[in-house]
Amino acid sequence: MSGKPRLTYLNGRGRMESIRWLLAAAGVEFEEVYLETKEQYDKLIKDGFLLFQQVPLVEIDGMKMVQTRAIMSYIAGKYNLYGKDLKERALIDMYVEGISDLMQMILVFPFSPPDAKEKNLESIKERATNRYFPVFEKVLKQHGQDFLVGNKFSWADVQLIEAILAVEEKVPDVLSGFPQLQVFKTKMSNMPTIKKFLQPGSPRKPPPDAHYVETVLKIFKI
Amino acid sequence: MSAKPKLYYFNGRGKMESIRWLLAAAGVEFEEEFLETRDQYEKLLQGGSLLFQQVPMVEIDGMRMVQTRAILSYIAAKYNLYGKDLKERALIDMYVGGTDDLMGFILMFPFLSAEDKEKQRALIVEKATSRYFPVYEKLLKDHGQDFLVGNNFSWADVHLLEAILMVEEKKSDVLSGFPQLQAFKARISSIPAIKKFLEPGSQRKPVPDDKYVETVRRVLRMYYDVKAN
Repeated sequence: MSGKPRLTYLNGRGRMESIRWLLAAAGVEFEEVYLETKEQYDKLIKDGFLLFQQVPLVEIDGMKMVQTRAIMSYIAGKYNLYGKDLKERALIDMYVEGISDLMQMILVFPFSPPDAKEKNLESIKERATNRYFPVFEKVLKQHGQDFLVGNKFSWADVQLIEAILAVEEKVPDVLSGFPQLQVFKTKMSNMPTIKKFLQPGSPRKPPPDAHYVETVLKIFKI
Repeated sequence: MSAKPKLYYFNGRGKMESIRWLLAAAGVEFEEEFLETRDQYEKLLQGGSLLFQQVPMVEIDGMRMVQTRAILSYIAAKYNLYGKDLKERALIDMYVGGTDDLMGFILMFPFLSAEDKEKQRALIVEKATSRYFPVYEKLLKDHGQDFLVGNNFSWADVHLLEAILMVEEKKSDVLSGFPQLQAFKARISSIPAIKKFLEPGSQRKPVPDDKYVETVRRVLRMYYDVKAN
């Protein structure tokens, strides 16, 4: 195993994308193995690589880590993106979990039946603008700092910028009522490691298309 | 705010039950406020106590914490149930992720139609016996220790016991192929704080019934049409 973390997933966003974001934001180079066939996936299971028979899988520091949240907590802890103490960690966890609920809606969206797509899109817009974005707008306004927690760049900031961009892909004017988030978006996008990740040729994956959906259904036999 | 943590939820298991288990296992006394009416919920919302307009909410150490996983991680770390270093924490997080996924199949069970309940029961047992229990059975067999991680009682042990008991409520002999888990269940159940929690009169909640389902639906105005996995 090389020194770099190795990610095994489909060649697309899904549950791995937040992990790519976090590693990139931490300035950590990584390798990727793409699942393209069911045979590859079955072999991984047969060889005992996937603790609960699922991906994402991240090989890091001698561990075969699964469970998205466990992987991200480890990365955040290792690269000092998890606050300075237990209370900051609690805030980061709360913010990340909330954003993750919003991201979950986006994750499943490509798999909704055609007649439900419009309703689901409306739900994403509604949740983003009424439940999630107002919270972070208020947090930033109240403390006036650049970052969500402890005046320091953390996992929470990475998760929020990822979510903002993901929602904007579906609802382009979603930030129109959120001036603090607009400033936040610009600031985070200009941080060197994130700026690099947002450039073409980075490991960042494009929005899921029909081919991605087809591959998921084929490999996981859903 | 009292010194004891205060839990805001329905008078039933749902997402709060794992938090009750962990606090109890850590020997921490807690208070509870039960949501019974829509008015109570709206009052909490208007008062700004619910960061994302949702329960569970736990008042603890001057914070109004929401998001089950965040609350559990905080409690685990505060009461030394989270391993001794980053790598042990990673293992605990992975194992808890698995038992959380398993319990997720059971969480929505009470809200299903009678027909879907039978299908879901079969799914729960299938997932437990083919995907989750074998992992923990092997772990315990391989290291031969009493606890899942680092030869020390942790959140992972509490969560696994909770999951085992919940699946057993759906199929009483589900542990029959898992001798290590049978021994684990007996061992962890006899830890004083957990033994106390398993006795009648504790704050452990019973299997959700129709009244619980009706209360959740009425208070949240949600979950009227829940489908099986």
